[in-house]
Amino acid sequence: MKDGFRQAMAWLHTWIGLIFGWLLFAIFLTGTMSYFKAEINRWTHPEIPVRSVPAAASIERAQAYLLQNAAGSSRWFISLPDDREPALGVMWQTPAQEGKRGNFTRKSLDPQTGEEIQARSSMGGEFFYRFHFQLQMPHPWGRWLATAAAMLMFIALITGIITHKKIFKEFFTFRPRKGQRSWLDGHNAIGVLALPFHLMITYSSLVIFMSMVMPASIVASYGNNVQAFYADIFPNTNGAKATGTPAPLTPLMPVLSAAQGQWPEGNIGRIVVNNPGDANATVAVFRSSADSVIHDTGLALMFNGVSGAMQSAPAPRSGPMLVSGAMYGLHLGEFAGPLMRWLYFIFGIAGTAMIGTGLVMWLAKRQLKHVKSGVLPLELRLVHVLNVAGMAGLMVAVAAFFWANRLLPLGMAERGDWEINLFFSVWGLTVLHALLRNGRQGWREQLALGAVLFAGLPVLDIVTGGKYLLASLQQGDWVLIGFDLTALVTGLFMAWGATKFRPVPPVLVARGDEQAAPKKSRQLGIDTTQLEGEVN
Amino acid sequence: MDTPQVKKNTRKAKGAQVSLAYRLAVTSRTLAALFGGYLLAALTSVCLTQWLPMSRADAVVTGMLLSFLAYLGAVIWCFACRTAWRAWFGILLPAAILAAVFGLGRWLS
Repeated sequence: MKDGFRQAMAWLHTWIGLIFGWLLFAIFLTGTMSYFKAEINRWTHPEIPVRSVPAAASIERAQAYLLQNAAGSSRWFISLPDDREPALGVMWQTPAQEGKRGNFTRKSLDPQTGEEIQARSSMGGEFFYRFHFQLQMPHPWGRWLATAAAMLMFIALITGIITHKKIFKEFFTFRPRKGQRSWLDGHNAIGVLALPFHLMITYSSLVIFMSMVMPASIVASYGNNVQAFYADIFPNTNGAKATGTPAPLTPLMPVLSAAQGQWPEGNIGRIVVNNPGDANATVAVFRSSADSVIHDTGLALMFNGVSGAMQSAPAPRSGPMLVSGAMYGLHLGEFAGPLMRWLYFIFGIAGTAMIGTGLVMWLAKRQLKHVKSGVLPLELRLVHVLNVAGMAGLMVAVAAFFWANRLLPLGMAERGDWEINLFFSVWGLTVLHALLRNGRQGWREQLALGAVLFAGLPVLDIVTGGKYLLASLQQGDWVLIGFDLTALVTGLFMAWGATKFRPVPPVLVARGDEQAAPKKSRQLGIDTTQLEGEVN
Repeated sequence: MDTPQVKKNTRKAKGAQVSLAYRLAVTSRTLAALFGGYLLAALTSVCLTQWLPMSRADAVVTGMLLSFLAYLGAVIWCFACRTAWRAWFGILLPAAILAAVFGLGRWLS
C-alpha cells in the first residue's frame, strides 16, 4: 500500500510536470527576472538620469505636473524616486464610464526639473513582470491560468517530496556525466536545496490572488456586498465618491511631512490622490515597500484632500492579515537589499532549472525505447519540440526583446508594443525551428543563438548606449554594467549548454558495431554513450 | 483496478496499449480532483470562516489562506485511492458534511 501510494504520487508528479511544465518554466523564468524589474527598467530606459532629490521637492513637481496634465482624473498615483527607481513616477486614471474601469496613463518625470523624461517607449522589466502572472492574456484569464498553474506547481512539489522517500539521504548523491541519472540527481538536488523557497513562492502566489480564485467565503459572509469585505480589510484605501463640487487640492508637501512624522524611520513610497480637485478628495500615503517584509496596501495614512488634515492612521493588523501580508511581501521580495535580491534571483533560477530538468528527464526516459527504431512517436516528438522552444526558445526570445530595445528606431510609433511583438514572433519562430531541425541540432542551434544574442548584449549596449553606460559608471552606479555582465554570463552559460549538444563525433559513428545506433540516437536528440545501463 | 501504478505494470506487459476503461477512469479522477477538489476547498474555506472565533474579515482571510491545503489533500486523495468511484466518494462525502455543517451554522445563527 505504501509503495502503491508513492507510485501514484510519482505518476501525478510526472503528468502535472509534463503538461504544465512549459507554462511553469515561462512563469518561473520571467518571474525570476522580475526580481530585477527596476534594474531591467533602468537598462531599457537608459535616458532616465540617476539623481538624488529630496522627496519633498519632487512631490511638489509631481503635483504641479499633474495639475497641468491630469486635471479631471479620478485618481493620481505618485511614486517617489528611490535607490532602485530614479524617476519620479506619475500615473493617472480617467473616471470610470458605464461601469468600465478608467484608463491609466503613466509618465516618468525628472525629479530635479519636473519635466517629462523623454525616454524611449518600452515596457522593459514591466513586460516580464506582467507576463509572469497575466501571460499576455485578456483580464482576468491570464491571472486565472497563472494561479491554476501555481496550484498545480504546489501539488507537483508535494507529490515530488512524497515520491523521494530518501530525500535527504540521496541529497548528497550527484552522479555527473551519467546521462539521465545526472538529470535526476540534479532535479532532486535543486528541488531539495531550494525547497523552502519553492514552497514559499508557490503558496504565496496562491495567496496573492486568493480573493479572486477562492471567493466563496467572501460571498458566504458578505453576500453580494463584496466591497464591504475590501472596506474591512483595507479600511484606509476605500475611496469616497466625488461630489462634483470643485475644491482646490491641498499642497501635498505638508501632507508628506505629516506622514513622515508618523514613520520616523520609514520612507514614503507612494501617494494616491482620490478625486483630485473635488470637495471629497482624499490623499493616501503609503510606506515604501522596501521598509517591511509585510506587503499590505491597507497600511496607508489617509488625509483630507482639501484641508490636508490627517483623517486616520492604520489600525494594528490582525494575525491573519499579517500572515497574508507577509506571504505577499515574501513573494514580491521588495524588502530585499542587494544581497538578498541576488539570492532571490538565484533561487528563482533554481526553480526554473528544476522544472527544466524535469521536462528533459521525462523525454530522455521515454526516448530510450525508441533508440533502436530511430523514429520518435508523434507525442514524444511534440514534447521534444516544446522542450526546445519552451526553454531555449524562450531564452532566445528574451534576448530578442533586449536587442529590439536597443535597435528599434526611437521615434517609431508604438515602439514599446513592437518590442513585445518581436518577443512573441521570435518565440514562435523557435517553435518552427524546433519542428524543422532534428533532435540535438534543435537544442544546439537555439542554445548557440541565445548564447550569441546574450553575450552580444554588452557589445550592443556599448555601441548604442555607450554614453549612458559611461555616465552611470562615472557616478559609481552599477546597474547598467551589472545588467550587461549578467547578460554576458547568461550567454556563456548557454554556450556551455550548446557544447553539450554537439553532434556525436564521427569516430564514434564509424567505430560502432551497430553503426546505426549512434546515428539514430543523434536524430532522437540523445547520446547513447551517456545512457549506458541507465535505463530507469 | 485502475490505479495509476497498475497502468505501469500493464503497460510493461502489453506494450503501449492502454484500455479505454483505464482512460475513462483517469479522466474521471482528473475531473474529481479538479472540480470536486475546488468544491471541497471552497466549502472548507466557507466553514472555517463560519466557525472560527475571529472578526468577519479575519475569518474570511484565514478561510481563503487555508483552502488551498484542502485542495491539495483532495487532489492527492483522488489519485491515491483505489478506484475512480472512491475518488468521487471521498470528495463528495466530506463536501456534503461540510455543506451540512455550514447549513447548520446558518440555521443556528
